[in-house]
Amino acid sequence: MSANHNQPKKRSELLKVLQNRKINKDYYVLEVESPASTADILPGQFVEILVKDTRNAFLRRPISIYNVNTDRNSFELLIQIVGEGTQLLSELKVGDSVDIMYPLGKTFTLETKGKKALLVGGGVGVAPLLFLSRKLKDNGVDVHILLGGRGSDNIIEVDNFENYASIYISTDDGSKGEKGFVTQHSVMQNMDFDMIYSCGPDPMMRAVAKLANEQNINCEVSLENMMACGIGACLCCVTETTSGHQCVCTDGPVFNTKVLKWN
Amino acid sequence: MNTSIKIGGLDLKNPVMTASGTFGYGPEFEDFIDINRLGGIVVKGTTLNHREGNAYPRMAETPSGMLNAVGLQNKGVAQFCNDIYPNIKHYNTNILVNVSGSTVDEYVETARMINDLEHIPGIELNISCPNVKEGGMAFGTSCPSAVAVTHAVREVYKKTMIVKLSPNVTNIAEIAKAVESVGADGVSLINTMLAMAINAETRKSVLSTITGGLSGPAIKPIALRMVWQVAQEVKIPIVGMGGIMNATDAIEFLLAGASAIR
Repeated sequence: MSANHNQPKKRSELLKVLQNRKINKDYYVLEVESPASTADILPGQFVEILVKDTRNAFLRRPISIYNVNTDRNSFELLIQIVGEGTQLLSELKVGDSVDIMYPLGKTFTLETKGKKALLVGGGVGVAPLLFLSRKLKDNGVDVHILLGGRGSDNIIEVDNFENYASIYISTDDGSKGEKGFVTQHSVMQNMDFDMIYSCGPDPMMRAVAKLANEQNINCEVSLENMMACGIGACLCCVTETTSGHQCVCTDGPVFNTKVLKWN
Repeated sequence: MNTSIKIGGLDLKNPVMTASGTFGYGPEFEDFIDINRLGGIVVKGTTLNHREGNAYPRMAETPSGMLNAVGLQNKGVAQFCNDIYPNIKHYNTNILVNVSGSTVDEYVETARMINDLEHIPGIELNISCPNVKEGGMAFGTSCPSAVAVTHAVREVYKKTMIVKLSPNVTNIAEIAKAVESVGADGVSLINTMLAMAINAETRKSVLSTITGGLSGPAIKPIALRMVWQVAQEVKIPIVGMGGIMNATDAIEFLLAGASAIR
C-alpha cells in the first residue's frame, strides 16, 4: 500500500518516440526518450502505455522494459502485436508522443559475482531478460539464456542477447535449436545453476519452476496477469501466494516461485 | 474562484473526489499527483473482517470500459485503523471510508470503529457492491433493506454519511428518497452495472465470478440519467460518478444535478 522508498520514483509523462524498429511481422522494439535520467530503472520493471484512438483499448497496456540506454535518457520496449492496442503501438512514428507511466513493479533479485544463472524466456517473455542479463553480467555472473518459442519466428534478438549470455534455443516445431519445450532442452537437465529466472507463457513458467524445484534451484518468474491500474490500487491483477492475494503490479511482477500457489 | 461545497458536515474545497476502489488508500498515487488538491478521497471498501476477495481473473476489459469482480478484498477495519490510517491522516483533504458488510451488524460495527478516527470526517455506506455473495448490493436493491442498514448505521455513526447507490434497480430515486428519510447526508451514484464478458474462443465467462460490475465511459449516459432522476426527488447533495474521464464529463454531471463528482 505505502510508497516503497527503495523503488525509483514513478512518473507519468508524455515521452518522445526515438525509434520503432520492426523485428518481424509480430515484434517491434519501441524506444522512447525520458526528460530525465533513466539510470534508476531496474531490470524486471514495466511501464503502462496509454493507447490513443481506440475504444477497444480502454486500459493502459503493461509492457516490460526491454533495455535502458542511460547515455541518451531512453528505454526500449519489446512489443508483440496481439490485439488492437499493440497494433496501434507498432504504428507509432519517430517524433510521436506517447503517454507512459514508469517505472513500475519490483525487480529481480540480482545474483552476485561468481554465481551461475540460467534465464528462460518464451516468446515475448524474453523482454525483461535482456536488461536482466546485462545487469547480471555487470555483476560478474556467468549468464546463460534459453530462448524458447513455437517456431523460428518467435526466436528474436539473439544477437542482442549474445552480448551478455551464452545462448540456447528450443522451438516446439524444431525449426531452430532443439525441438520441444524449453524444459526438454539439454541445458535444463542435471543443472548446476545457482538461480533460474523465467518469463513467458504461464504453463512454461510453471514447468520451469517445477524443474527448478526438483533440482533444488532458486527460481524467480515474472508474471503477466491482466492488469488495470499498474500501481496497486484496483487489486485486479492478483495472484495467489502463501500470504494471500498479492498484486502482480506492485508486489511483483517478479515473484520467487516458492511463494506462488501454483497447484 | 470559490469552488467549495458542503455535504452534511463536510466542507470540500472543490467538488472533485476519487471513487472507492479506484484509488487504493491514496499513497499509491503520491508519485503522480498532489492528493491535497482534491476535495476528498474515498478509500477502498472496508469490512469488519479480512476478505481475500474473488479468484483471478477478476477484471475484463470491454469497449470503453472494464468489468471488475474484486469482491471487496481488504484486510479488515482493525488493520485499517492501526496500519493504514496513521499513514494517511495527515492529508489535507477529506478522507472518507467506504464501509461494506454481509450483515447489518457488520456495517454497524465497522462504522462504529471508524467513528472514533479523528481525521476521518465521513463514511460512504456501500449498499451496492455487485461482487459479493452476501450483503453488498442486496441491501441497496430494495427500500426496506436500504432503510434498515442506513438507519442502523445512523444510530452509531455521528459524522457525515453518504450512501452509495446501486444502478441495478428499477427506480433509483425511490431508494435515494428512502435513505434520505432515515438520515443519509448525501447519496453517491452510480456503483457499477452488473454485467458480463464472454470469451468466444474458450466459450467461457472471462471473470471467475461469471458476472461483474461494469465501469468506464460505457456507463456514463446511464449514470447521468440516474443522477438527474435522483436530483428531482431528494434535497440532500448528490455525488455523481461513472465514466468521468475529463472536465467536460464532470460538468455534465453537475448539470444533471450532482454537487460533487468522482
